[in-house]
Amino acid sequence: MAKPLINVPAKAKRGDVIEIKTLISHVMETGFRHSNIGEFLPRDIITQFVCSYNGEEIFRAELFPAIAANPFITFHTVATESGTLTFEWTGDNGFSASGQANITVVD
Amino acid sequence: MPGIVFQFRCVLGLLLIGTTLAAAGEIPMSERRSGYDTMSADTKAMQDDDTANPASLWVLEGETLWSSKAANGKSCADCHGDAAQSMKGVAARYPAFDAKLNKPIDLDQRINLCRAEHQNATPFAPESRDLLALSAFVARQSRGLPIVQADPKMQSAIEAGRALFEQRVGQLNLSCAQCHDDNWGKQLAGSMIPQAHPTGYPIYRLEWQSLGSLQRRLRNCLFGQRAELYARDAPEMIALEAFLMWRARGMPMDAPGVRP
Amino acid sequence: MDQNRRELLTGAGALAGGLLLVSMRSADATPASMRAAIRNVLGDVEIGKGKVSLDIAPLVENGNAVPMTVAVESPMTATNYVKAIHVFNEKNPQPNIISIHLGPRAGKASISTRIRLADSQRVVAIAQMSDGSVWSDEVNVIVTLAACVEGL
Repeated sequence: MAKPLINVPAKAKRGDVIEIKTLISHVMETGFRHSNIGEFLPRDIITQFVCSYNGEEIFRAELFPAIAANPFITFHTVATESGTLTFEWTGDNGFSASGQANITVVD
Repeated sequence: MPGIVFQFRCVLGLLLIGTTLAAAGEIPMSERRSGYDTMSADTKAMQDDDTANPASLWVLEGETLWSSKAANGKSCADCHGDAAQSMKGVAARYPAFDAKLNKPIDLDQRINLCRAEHQNATPFAPESRDLLALSAFVARQSRGLPIVQADPKMQSAIEAGRALFEQRVGQLNLSCAQCHDDNWGKQLAGSMIPQAHPTGYPIYRLEWQSLGSLQRRLRNCLFGQRAELYARDAPEMIALEAFLMWRARGMPMDAPGVRP
Repeated sequence: MDQNRRELLTGAGALAGGLLLVSMRSADATPASMRAAIRNVLGDVEIGKGKVSLDIAPLVENGNAVPMTVAVESPMTATNYVKAIHVFNEKNPQPNIISIHLGPRAGKASISTRIRLADSQRVVAIAQMSDGSVWSDEVNVIVTLAACVEGL
């Protein structure tokens, strides 16, 4: 499985609002398509994306088939302390992927 | 004296390539626009940001493959070192003439030839994830560099490609030139007709929801013309690729691009 | 989604699409099913207009990957923040697009992603605030289709 592409500033000032960008490889098969020979293509999507900051959940998204293939999601969080942001993607057919990024927070 | 004759022949060859019969509908150099130039602001923004460009996922995979050891224990890196140096400008001058095979080949074919000859590995399947990843990674190293098609040995392929470009084909009796030389900028069923310069390949085509090669895109064109699709790596495909790159000579590469 | 687009292409009498592909109708969302989905997620609440800014280009080149940004005005403090953002659509086979759960740690209630739109339609973004109030914004998007597409 391809590694997700995670973009977190390496360093931030305490209290700053930082932007986090994530991109992951996934076909996000909608479950509404048929192949060109009429075969039904079953749904295969990422259903949930969670980001935690030093263990505390700071962002959660439920994804539906209307999210484009290779989901790109950006969001914000307050840089509270140095540590690790962890990212978890889960979905149909037991799909599971994760990533992490470290951040140094200075005063 | 032989040196001067050699140089003269090269210059003549270059002149011939450069001035080969400009057809009536050919776009003047000053009016050339890439697919990037003609797409919407949103799609441009998707391409401009490497952290948002879906093609980046393939580039990263290609980077990993570059250093992966094949069957005989060799990786691309073992021969070519740092791709940022060794692959600079390579994608911008493909298709290229392969002396051993005595014919022009495109970059995907070159990658597979390397695998077979120097890594003792089976070639990647056409349009396979691995081949596209390596192709995207190599093409990325030519970003910003001008396209070059100046090898005299490529001239006959370029001419063959031009003939195919101008030939009416398919149930619609339509040639590439009629849309892309004569009617670029106008709308076709809600989409703007681009000039069809392959500056961004391999591209993440929104329509495919995936990264794909120029040959895949050409098959889509042929389907649009209701014409028989040339087989993968057919001489017609390579000739068309060569002609399109020659037609786009001097334009900067923006691979891997995003296109609608 | 492909079926709808092929039908549109055939209708337009365009070069690409329709003739060779079997056209099959799938159950499409309608304004009624979108309303039902909203009620399903949020309950029977009064939805105000404002505070939410749904940013999608009015004309998109390809419905497969449409950039979308939703931003909600809020101080994002511990007592006054955006709890959730839900986005719905009218004409895709399914009315839900995404549901986001936030908290005061977000600092800014602004998210971006890329969505699929099967047809020209209304897209609605709804924000639930910590004080129970609900706000929304909507956009009408025209979706154009690629020419010269994948065949068989």
